Amino acid sequence: MDLNIIWFILVTVLLTGYAALDGFDLGVGIASLFTKKSEDKRILMNSIGPLWDGNEVWLITGGGALFAAFPHVYASVFSGLYLALMLVLSVMILRGSSLEFRSKVESQSWMKTWEITFGISSLLFALLLGVALGNVAQGLPVGQDMNIHINLFQLLTPYPILIGLLTIALFTMHGTFFALNKTSDELNANLLGFGKIVYWLFFILFILTTIVTFIFIPDLTANFNAFPLWYVLPVLVLGMALVLPKHLNKGKFKLAFTYSFIMTVLLMTILAVGLFPNFVPSTINPEFSLNLYNAASSSKTLTVMLIIALIGMPIVIAYTIWINKIFRGKTKIEETSY
Amino acid sequence: MDVELLSRIQFALTAGFHFLFPPISIGLGLILVILEFMYIRTGNMLWKNITKFWVKIFALTFAVGVATGVVLEFEFGTNWERYSRFVGDVFGSPLAAEGIFSFFLESTFLGIVIFGWNKVSKKVHFFATIMVAFGAHLSGLWIIIANSWMQTPAGFHVVTTNGFLRAEITDFWAMAFNPSTLERYTHVIVSSWIAASFLFLSVNSYFMLKKKHLNMAIPGMKIAAIMILVTSLLQLTSGHASAIGVANYQPSKLAAFEGHWQTGPGDLNLVGWTDEEKGVTYGIKIPGLLSWLVDFNTQTSLTGLNDIPKEDRPPLQLVFQTYHLMVALGMFFILYGFVLIYIWRKYNFEGPKWFLKLSIWSFILPQIAIQVGWISAEVGRQPWIVYGLLKTKDAFSQVLTSGEVILSIILFTLIYLLLGSIYIYLFIKKVKHGPDEVITN
Repeated sequence: MDLNIIWFILVTVLLTGYAALDGFDLGVGIASLFTKKSEDKRILMNSIGPLWDGNEVWLITGGGALFAAFPHVYASVFSGLYLALMLVLSVMILRGSSLEFRSKVESQSWMKTWEITFGISSLLFALLLGVALGNVAQGLPVGQDMNIHINLFQLLTPYPILIGLLTIALFTMHGTFFALNKTSDELNANLLGFGKIVYWLFFILFILTTIVTFIFIPDLTANFNAFPLWYVLPVLVLGMALVLPKHLNKGKFKLAFTYSFIMTVLLMTILAVGLFPNFVPSTINPEFSLNLYNAASSSKTLTVMLIIALIGMPIVIAYTIWINKIFRGKTKIEETSY
Repeated sequence: MDVELLSRIQFALTAGFHFLFPPISIGLGLILVILEFMYIRTGNMLWKNITKFWVKIFALTFAVGVATGVVLEFEFGTNWERYSRFVGDVFGSPLAAEGIFSFFLESTFLGIVIFGWNKVSKKVHFFATIMVAFGAHLSGLWIIIANSWMQTPAGFHVVTTNGFLRAEITDFWAMAFNPSTLERYTHVIVSSWIAASFLFLSVNSYFMLKKKHLNMAIPGMKIAAIMILVTSLLQLTSGHASAIGVANYQPSKLAAFEGHWQTGPGDLNLVGWTDEEKGVTYGIKIPGLLSWLVDFNTQTSLTGLNDIPKEDRPPLQLVFQTYHLMVALGMFFILYGFVLIYIWRKYNFEGPKWFLKLSIWSFILPQIAIQVGWISAEVGRQPWIVYGLLKTKDAFSQVLTSGEVILSIILFTLIYLLLGSIYIYLFIKKVKHGPDEVITN
């Protein structure tokens, strides 16, 4: 296995870590839109209080790693999807600040404003991430100079929108399962009902996406057909999805959350396997696709970065687990809360 | 306006606004460690309440700092696509390292510092506070490594790979500790300590003036006075070291700093005006002092602007004025430090009223010094985006239209105006509310 493949995997790991971690706190945000009481929204916001910021760092680090390891992907995608990315950044800014601002002023309208901002920005964020991934998955007009010429509205085609909806459903389900572990009484019961609805939405969208991908984006399935063992991944997702309702009904919320965590990891892995060795397939000419060789940094830099990752990431994972242990259990509102 | 100029405006706007916050996080991080150390050592709940109060201010500042900082992480790719392709091999690794080593550390441990008072022991909490401060200082290091490489590139060679001319790392440590990294890092860190010390002074001066929370405000004033005097004196040496570096590695920038035209001994202007048309600088000059500061010899020859082709000179007036304003403010901070010690000895900080009022507003000055300092450093690097290697006009994204960049500038301006005003509003509200007086566990 060469360095470029290792870095393809490591970038996938960072973005997958991001999806599985920030995925649940985005989902908590979306779920908060469907609760009525302000106090419930506050509990939901505080359930992710000590965690969301660290979760978001996975994306920032993923961006930095992409810049360092595959600068052409970083340069082409972000300049090509300019306005979409500017929207993502704006939504990210508003979401982060709404968490910090909400409880700072004792006024109904103030709190309501930030609760709505938090919910809507979480929803938009999930949608935009999904649409962006969907566009990458179906390919972008990458030219010979590696630049991507496309405008905001050309990004909104059916397949990316489908992936956007799937992302919303997945994150909402994941976030709701997280929140089930953090809440009690009436809020918990309401979330359970909501979680079951979202589960079905996810299930339907997952089946639909699978069918649509097979019919319309055959390139994404080529690696699976070449090495059928990879089909274990989607079959696992399906299997886990089928047994999930049983665990939910039995009140095994920790297990349900573990399931949605693993399912998110599997879905991101499926996308990476489908794309390999490309990061961005070109719709103009397959030879223009940005792949793990033509878009990469020198092997010297990839080596340096590998050393940095091998030193840094185990430490990060260790204290991420530690902080999640410290804040396990039901969320209570205290004087230090948001 | 063209995409290049618009992208420069957007970068200046987003970086300038963002950089109002990190100096406070870095400096307050240190102050939090001092305050919580006092609590651990004395066991006095007074210190715990002060620490808790400043943790809240820190959290607010950190949140806005992170939210606005994310933009920068992606802006190289969005607006400076050709720059990203050219430098990614070199410039990307410090940014990724910042994420791995610093951001995770800061944001994870900040969760414990804010929400963990009742969840972890005193000592673990103190450890978390130290980690947050350490993370903040470390993240500054990676950013300054990246930025310093743009000023004094080292540890690389330029090659053609896949049809693109680009810089590739040959020696990681030579890249990371390029000739200006350490001086510039020290300069930035000390300026952050100064900024946070003045902010600390401002809030405590407000309490003194209103005669509220005096049991906390008087020790606070003492800490602020000592920190301001020490850090502003430190900055004198670090600024000096930084300027020598500029003289050695970026002669066109030094010439622009002082409006130095004729190659030969350099004068120092106390105040002045650069006339770019006529090629002269008017001002109150101290002959030979610039040469003396660089080399302890008034006769040392320094490259003048006349020997630098016009197209390789930075915008002179802006660089001259921002640099001089920064230096003047730096000198003023030293004076302020001594005055604070005098006020301490004479009045124990209980007066005079006008001085307390002045101190309430004093936090703005280091912020101005930091902003103009960055302007002189970054505009002084022009027309190069990487000094001597790549020009800014060859670095912006070619796929963009002016309309798209204007749209994003408007978007960020609106969001930043909103964020900025809410930050100020919440900050003032927090200060008016003050720390908890109740001494409980």
